[in-house]
Amino acid sequence: MEISGAQALLECLKKEGVEIIFGYPGGVVLPLYDALYSDKTIKHILVRHEQGAAHAADGYARATGKVGVCLATSGPGATNLTTGIANAHMDSIPMIAITGQVATPLLGKDSFQEADITGITLPIAKHNYLIKKTEDLPRIVKEAFYIARSGRPGPVVIDIPKDVFVNKIKFSYPDKVEIKSYKPNLQGHPKQISLACKAIAAAKRPVMYVGGGAISANAAGEVKQLAEKCNIPVTTTLMGLGAFPGTHELSLGMLGMHGTAYANYAVTDCDLLIAVGARFDDRVTGHIDKFAPNAKIIHMDVDPAEIGKNVRVDVPIVGDVKNVLRAIIEKVAAKEKHAEWVAQIEEWKKKYPLAYKSTKEIKPQYVIEEFYRLTQGRDVIIVTEVGQNQMWSAQFFKYDKPRTWISSGGLGTMGFGLPAANGAQFGRPNAIVADFAGDGSIQMNIQELTTAVNNRLPIKIFVLDNCFLGMVRQWQELIYERHYSHTNLCNNPDLVRVAEAYGAAARRVEKVEDVKAALEWSLTITDRPALIDFMVAKEENVFPFVPPGQPINEMLID
Amino acid sequence: MRHTISVIVENKPGVLSRVAGLFARRGFNIESLAVGVTEDPNVSRMTIVAEGDERDLEQITKQLYKLIDTLKVFDLPREKAVERELALIKVAANEKTRSDITQIVEIFRAQVLDVSEDSVVIEISDEADKIESMEKMLRRFGIKELVRTGKIALERGG
Ligand SMILES: Cc1ncc(C[n+]2csc(CCOP(=O)(O)OP(=O)(O)O)c2C)c(N)n1
Repeated sequence: MEISGAQALLECLKKEGVEIIFGYPGGVVLPLYDALYSDKTIKHILVRHEQGAAHAADGYARATGKVGVCLATSGPGATNLTTGIANAHMDSIPMIAITGQVATPLLGKDSFQEADITGITLPIAKHNYLIKKTEDLPRIVKEAFYIARSGRPGPVVIDIPKDVFVNKIKFSYPDKVEIKSYKPNLQGHPKQISLACKAIAAAKRPVMYVGGGAISANAAGEVKQLAEKCNIPVTTTLMGLGAFPGTHELSLGMLGMHGTAYANYAVTDCDLLIAVGARFDDRVTGHIDKFAPNAKIIHMDVDPAEIGKNVRVDVPIVGDVKNVLRAIIEKVAAKEKHAEWVAQIEEWKKKYPLAYKSTKEIKPQYVIEEFYRLTQGRDVIIVTEVGQNQMWSAQFFKYDKPRTWISSGGLGTMGFGLPAANGAQFGRPNAIVADFAGDGSIQMNIQELTTAVNNRLPIKIFVLDNCFLGMVRQWQELIYERHYSHTNLCNNPDLVRVAEAYGAAARRVEKVEDVKAALEWSLTITDRPALIDFMVAKEENVFPFVPPGQPINEMLID
Repeated sequence: MRHTISVIVENKPGVLSRVAGLFARRGFNIESLAVGVTEDPNVSRMTIVAEGDERDLEQITKQLYKLIDTLKVFDLPREKAVERELALIKVAANEKTRSDITQIVEIFRAQVLDVSEDSVVIEISDEADKIESMEKMLRRFGIKELVRTGKIALERGG
């Protein structure tokens, strides 16, 4: 029996185990939407802006570890996806972005709603395809999913012209992928593993530096095993939060620009740095020549291009970090506590704890801590927007498990949080999903409240409302002589009424003593989103703060 | 340092812009780029000349490997390779200068492809520096147009 390209695409998605796609219709994808109309297995979620579809697919992928799928029409639909594609690319999130395209005879003619989306996404996607013949569709979809989820994961764009959706083929789905030119290297080289074991044995002041790669490789268990077996303190990047329990005695919390003082001091003083699926990003390293200056560096990553990109490495190990860690754990000799090193770290922890001053005003950090206390031990996923809200959420909530922290790391995309929270809640319906937001960021994809309301998603949105683009204001205060150029948001709309207009439950909280009750209230709302507008201290800053380009041990602590 | 990089890729639409875009994005200037199919019609070979130190070369090689369509990347150091580049040079010529020009053509083992009343078109296939010295010698006659293919190279032996 012959079926259309559109039907074939849905069959391919089912073969890949896709249960849900986030999308928005338009002219050239009408044949696909018609196929969806009569399809009973694939759930399509209608978003209110294509950027929301991409971030929802991304949030779904981060929360579940599965491939997220989003869908848009050609031209403006496709270009609206691009921020979300770039966001997934920077954070190595497996995603398939399907875009409609004008029919093949109209390609290259500046046809109505034609945009060269494969050209546009060249530098912001792991790979992309323009399907020119329906016969190629099953093979290409198979390849795309394989590429998206294997090696270093990432988004793959599949651009499909209208006639490719319409033309009929005899459907069969390949059961194997064979891409001659794409063969990720998954096992670490035994010689390098031995070198790593030797270095660990010799180290007196080791630190493990764990990034998002440990989460995409599902290697949190191995990170913990190695840390415990050899008594190695662990710091994580923003992307690595949850890859090692934040409450563990060996945890140093996050490092870098807004990392803990003790993590930054430990990295600066360590004699061995074991980088696990991390990429020495400038927000982590500060002044690169002064980063871990006395350390031997072991760098394990599935992407060979990351090794040696930003720093010189003594022991490079290319491979899936789960496999590499396992091999090391098997081989390495257990180590006692490094007594002096631990004592030094304890001293830093005592001397420079993460802290803030309580006042009569609501401190944003307090809201986060209070929510942590309230939900401790429960299944919680924290999502964030970008800015101060994001950094405080990274600092004051403790993440003990992977995939409980969802934040836009590499691209720093304001407007990511709300749609990503939607995606996460679809993927993990029983989890408490909370988006910590700024009053700036929340307005960037506020329309996605409709998506949440229509699907009865009980996400929580906690706006840490400082009436400022807070993080930018902080830089203006500390680096630009308090020139608050275009960062004041005093003319915000009433966010409570906005949320209510969308059909969400909403409240405003202006007093410290009401914070806890309001947070508790939000947990009682289970059939729709709840937004709380916390009027927080306006000019609170995120500390520690490593001014850009400085060494990370030269922090402003308060 | 100048490197000659061979990039073996799947012969697919868009692959040239993927490779060229990567160089631009990562801040490597391409001095020349030549591309064509190989003994296998499904495979193309690009020969790219670019400037960079050893670390740059390592990074661009790894980045090139990350492109899904890349099969193989290697550096071809001059001493291990045979290199050729083709140039066509249109030089102003009249009765008086034509024989001087032909002499130069002979010295460089080049070839005259076309002669007209006021110009000749010369073909030279050689290493880049030879082409450049010939160009220098011809300059006094007046070079009207010049086109170069960019370098191609193969490893010696093997
Ligand atoms: C799409 C986008 N535009 C601009 C920026 C630059 N930026 C980074 S943080 C920030 C301020 C965020 O303000 P808000 O959402 O209110 O959060 P706060 O820092 O106050 O918690 C801005 C404008 C960005 N990261 N993303």
